[in-house]
Amino acid sequence: MSTIDARNVDFYYGNFHTLKNINLEVQKSEVVALIGPSGCGKSTFLRLLNRMNDLIDGVSITGTILINGLDIYATSVRVDELRKEVGMVFQKPNPFPKSIFDNVAYGLRVNGVKDKALIEQRVEESLKSAALWGEVKEKMKKSAFALSLGQQQRLCIARALAVKPKVILMDEPASALDPISTTKIEDLIHELKQDYTIVIVTHNMQQASRVSDKTAYFYLGELIEYDKTTTIFTNPQKLSTQNYITGRFG
Amino acid sequence: MNINKQQAQKIAFILFRLMSFSVVGVLLIILGLIIYRGIGTISWDFLSQAPEQGMTKGGIYPAIIGTLYLILGSSLFSFPIGIMSGIFMSEYAANNRLIVMIRIMTNSLSGVPSVVFGLFGMSLFVNTLGFGDSILAGSLTLGLLSLPLVIRTTEESLKAVDYAYREGSLALGASKLQTIRNVVFPMAFPNIISGLILSIGRVSGETAPILFTVAAYFLPKLPSSIFDQVMALPYHLYVISTSGTDIEASRDIAYGTALVLVTIVLILNILANLLRRYFAKKVKTN
Ligand SMILES: Nc1ncnc2c1ncn2[C@@H]1O[C@H](COP(=O)(O)OP(=O)(O)OP(=O)(O)O)[C@@H](O)[C@H]1O
Ligand SMILES: [Mg+2]
Repeated sequence: MSTIDARNVDFYYGNFHTLKNINLEVQKSEVVALIGPSGCGKSTFLRLLNRMNDLIDGVSITGTILINGLDIYATSVRVDELRKEVGMVFQKPNPFPKSIFDNVAYGLRVNGVKDKALIEQRVEESLKSAALWGEVKEKMKKSAFALSLGQQQRLCIARALAVKPKVILMDEPASALDPISTTKIEDLIHELKQDYTIVIVTHNMQQASRVSDKTAYFYLGELIEYDKTTTIFTNPQKLSTQNYITGRFG
Repeated sequence: MNINKQQAQKIAFILFRLMSFSVVGVLLIILGLIIYRGIGTISWDFLSQAPEQGMTKGGIYPAIIGTLYLILGSSLFSFPIGIMSGIFMSEYAANNRLIVMIRIMTNSLSGVPSVVFGLFGMSLFVNTLGFGDSILAGSLTLGLLSLPLVIRTTEESLKAVDYAYREGSLALGASKLQTIRNVVFPMAFPNIISGLILSIGRVSGETAPILFTVAAYFLPKLPSSIFDQVMALPYHLYVISTSGTDIEASRDIAYGTALVLVTIVLILNILANLLRRYFAKKVKTN
């Protein structure tokens, strides 16, 4: 069973047909990069996977998206439960104006975890997994805003890890960061793929080739090509893909 | 003469500066006059005694207490309702026609002359609901008056919170309510609190709404329940300057009262600023 299985997905903002008949499967522990020119629908597709687009007025979706075999748009699905399974990291680091500890503990607390020892343990684990523990263990009570941008982004990753998701969605997670922080995030993705299935949107071709197993190329709302990353970057089947990855447009 | 870009800019800036200085100037003159004429009257007795001899002597203690009661009463009414409506307008109401209507109405409500609120309060709270001239009726009327401001401030402050924080919370499985309570509201709180205090400032200075609903012409006795009348600073000021027993003899008292009123409003404004800064800092480091 695929971890993510999108079948014949069409998506509209109002009348605007944003995603056209998308079929895409992701297996467990794979890292999949979504690439394509600005406005092609990468973020829109990503946000369908944790139903973030539900928050926008006037959208509609047809087709099915299964995550671990479960139809996530079925009426019986609780969105908060889904979002525990499918974590998200955003383009701009968005830590809450709370302490470092409270940031990581947030997801547990809002999901009803009261056991203090458990929360402490999970916070530590998550920060370790996000390669941030060493830098913050002395200042857990300090504001998250006091961290550097790169640290803030890893904090946001730790925050997502704390609720033990199966899938992590990342929308250009390093685009606001300096090169060193970017490398850290990329290393982190390599570590995380042992335990998580990751879908990452990126505008950076090198990044896509460095971090991902498979790459999906979107263009004008269509999934043009989806294959092993090495294949996409060395031997793409479609001219459009080739043009894009060689930088001829986009 | 041909004015070039630099000259035009210079002239414009001089004009802007002149205008803003003249505003500050007028404000200082008003303040100066009130302080100059009123400071001599201020004494502990003035602040702690009831008026005497047809309000030409004595203090304004009952009016200070009355105004404080009205501030408290109107806030108890307008803050919870206004904050909840503001949250609803910002976080829950889709941008449909009903909401646009509500927004237009709240906005026009804030343009309604305060004397109309007074008349409305008299007819509804004093007469129809039978509260009589009372702290309750006056507080409700003043509360109504400040409601649009409270709703508006809450709504605007919440909307100013970057959407990314809501998404960050929702993406962790938090409900909308949890998101508002734990993330959005705390971030908006510094601005909300300063808006609330400014609305208190407005309430404390209003005369017309309390005229027919609570204010007593002369009542040295302090109220013992919310169904009692009270004196209030703005109305007391109005009375002794226009229809007191001896207007000339009360002149100093009038300026003293004005000074107390202005000081209260000024302190509230400063407090609003301090609290906003304090909580803005706290929200970041918490
Ligand atoms: N909330 C919205 N309402 C209406 N249209 C939207 C909305 N969000 C995105 N769109 C449109 O949908 C299309 C796809 O947008 P999307 O954000 O998914 O693109 P993207 O591939 O992520 O682009 P980028 O690389 O610039 O982030 C764009 O044409 C965009 O203008
Ligand atoms: Mg995008």
